[in-house]
Amino acid sequence: MHMAISQFNYIEEKFEALQTAHPNVLLNEVRQKGFQTYQTAGVPSCKNEEWRYTPVNNLFKQAFLFSDNKAAINAAFVDSVRLPESATANELVFVNGLYQPSLSTIRSANDEIVVLCMEAASADARFADILKAHLGKSSLYVQDGVHALNTSFINGGVFVYIPKNTQATLPLYVYQIADTVHHPVLAQPRSLIYLAESASLQLVEHYATSGNSDSFTNEIMEVVVAGNSVFEYYKVQNDDASANQVNTTHIRQIGKSYVHTVVITLSGGMIRNNTNIIMETPGNEAHMYGLYLLKGNTHADNHTLVDNREPHCFSNELYKGIMDDAATGVFSGKIYVRPHAQKTNAYQSNKNILLSEKATVNTKPQLEIFADDVKCSHGCTVGRLDEEALFYLRSRGIDAAQAKAMLLQAFANDVVEKIKIDSLRQHIETLIANRLSLQTN
Amino acid sequence: MLSIQNIHAAVEGKEILKGINLDIQPGEVHAIMGPNGSGKSTLASVLAGREEYEVTEGSITFLGKDMLELSPEERSREGLFLAFQYPVEIPGVSTTNFIKTALNEKRKYHGLAPLDAVSFLKLMKEKMQLVEIDKALLTRSVNEGFSGGEKKKNEIFQMAMLEPKLTILDETDSGLDIDALRIVASGVNKLRNKNNAIIVITHYQRLLDYLQPDFVHVLYNGRIVKSGTKELALTLEDQGYDYIKEAFGATTI
Repeated sequence: MHMAISQFNYIEEKFEALQTAHPNVLLNEVRQKGFQTYQTAGVPSCKNEEWRYTPVNNLFKQAFLFSDNKAAINAAFVDSVRLPESATANELVFVNGLYQPSLSTIRSANDEIVVLCMEAASADARFADILKAHLGKSSLYVQDGVHALNTSFINGGVFVYIPKNTQATLPLYVYQIADTVHHPVLAQPRSLIYLAESASLQLVEHYATSGNSDSFTNEIMEVVVAGNSVFEYYKVQNDDASANQVNTTHIRQIGKSYVHTVVITLSGGMIRNNTNIIMETPGNEAHMYGLYLLKGNTHADNHTLVDNREPHCFSNELYKGIMDDAATGVFSGKIYVRPHAQKTNAYQSNKNILLSEKATVNTKPQLEIFADDVKCSHGCTVGRLDEEALFYLRSRGIDAAQAKAMLLQAFANDVVEKIKIDSLRQHIETLIANRLSLQTN
Repeated sequence: MLSIQNIHAAVEGKEILKGINLDIQPGEVHAIMGPNGSGKSTLASVLAGREEYEVTEGSITFLGKDMLELSPEERSREGLFLAFQYPVEIPGVSTTNFIKTALNEKRKYHGLAPLDAVSFLKLMKEKMQLVEIDKALLTRSVNEGFSGGEKKKNEIFQMAMLEPKLTILDETDSGLDIDALRIVASGVNKLRNKNNAIIVITHYQRLLDYLQPDFVHVLYNGRIVKSGTKELALTLEDQGYDYIKEAFGATTI
């Protein structure tokens, strides 16, 4: 029973079983396409440039099993992993990739947010067309077998809709919980978030594990942002070393809108984040931030993409990393400026500090510019702590460890301060201060 | 208070200080002058405890303790203060939080309870007025985007907050216009008393006009080649360092 998931028969059997057991015209079609891609593309190895530093194929050699009915996450566990103020906001709980309505709570009024199981949404006359038009569009950009594997198994996912002119919805906290008490788990959460015109949403996604076995969360969240809307996305990865994940947050700006993303990675196993922003209309604005503060053997790979398809778009990107012990960081930032996308402003910066001899980082900015009237810049640095600043602090009586912590906190804070939800920002500040053993006074 | 005996120090294997002797008593102001490359800043760095400077011979006693055994932070807590020639910009570290941390680390070292927020703010306000520093600067990150004059004022403000026993002003006058120099010098003068001492490292007479040193030492080629009273500085200002070089150049190796 415990075979590597790359054993083809296992996945094929599971796929056939799903198509038969949960037939749905739309989903069957999307899943079928995904499965075809999975079969042809296969699992990428390090020879694939996009996966050069993240050996995701190693995960496929392990005996992960698809979710079954043994998962037993209760409200008390959810409570133990809650973020501050989450209990007064909207909460969606996924266990092993499956949305759990019984553990989830929507506290906003009905006309401010709609949350449906994807199967229900596809059968709902109000939303069927949206689903049909937008579900699976990330496959146009991410074409590897890992992404396709999620698409092959869309099941138990969720559809979130923010109606037109809804500005005051409570923040939405999404908890991805892996229950690995019984066996190693492959979880494949899937969601589609749709902000109609002049809507706003703050979405926070948080990961947690119950159990000691390994997990592999292979997630896709697709977000569609219509004109005059504001979307803020916060990802908090502070999970066990046994928790591996590949996730794609694919945000499409289909009207002139504002997007702000902050990805915070503090611990975990092998982590790959794809954060994509597709600017499909003129005048879009996006801000992307990331902090990876790593120790032990944690591996965090942030791949970002900004696709400027139309003129007059603005994007600014800042990712910062601190690697200790044998941790590894990867940053790959792609910016496309299409021939038609004149007057694009696109900025990107990646800064890294290595704290130990064994820690490594690979950073690769990639700008592909096909328009001539644009302003684009990128830069990356890899270094150690500023010795001169360290000496300055020590010369004032601050001991070396505390001085180091102060400098690292300052370095991290450039990203953390971009979290616009106060309680979440303070929570992250505390986690970082504790991690750095920073004394407060 | 400070006794430097036959200090030899090297950077990357190159000997820069070649036997410095200097005794400083409480209440005294000593000026150390000398041409570029004579070892002035090296002496300041050795006293502050920069690790890249290797002391190869000699001893330094500070308030009865073997200073060379102390880390930079311990020297500071014992009462040493180096006003940097080039104060470092530290983005993201708030000036106020930095000074509060420094002050409380020093208090902890001396067995005192940390200052509470109210007492700290009161002390800040008092010292701000003393050294004429703009409050707005202290709400910013340490030295970030400060002008040259603002950075030096911030050094003197930190000196005022930490109340050191021995202060080293390492070319604090460099890069200052006349007004900033006057403010910085007057701040230092207000902080002088019979219990503390100051070492002023400088090329020029103008800061000494304000500080009126008790002793002036000329450092040349890693040694103190001449010591005197403040009149010696005037002679140097008048004649330049050439006469020092002529008189002592031949004796150097």
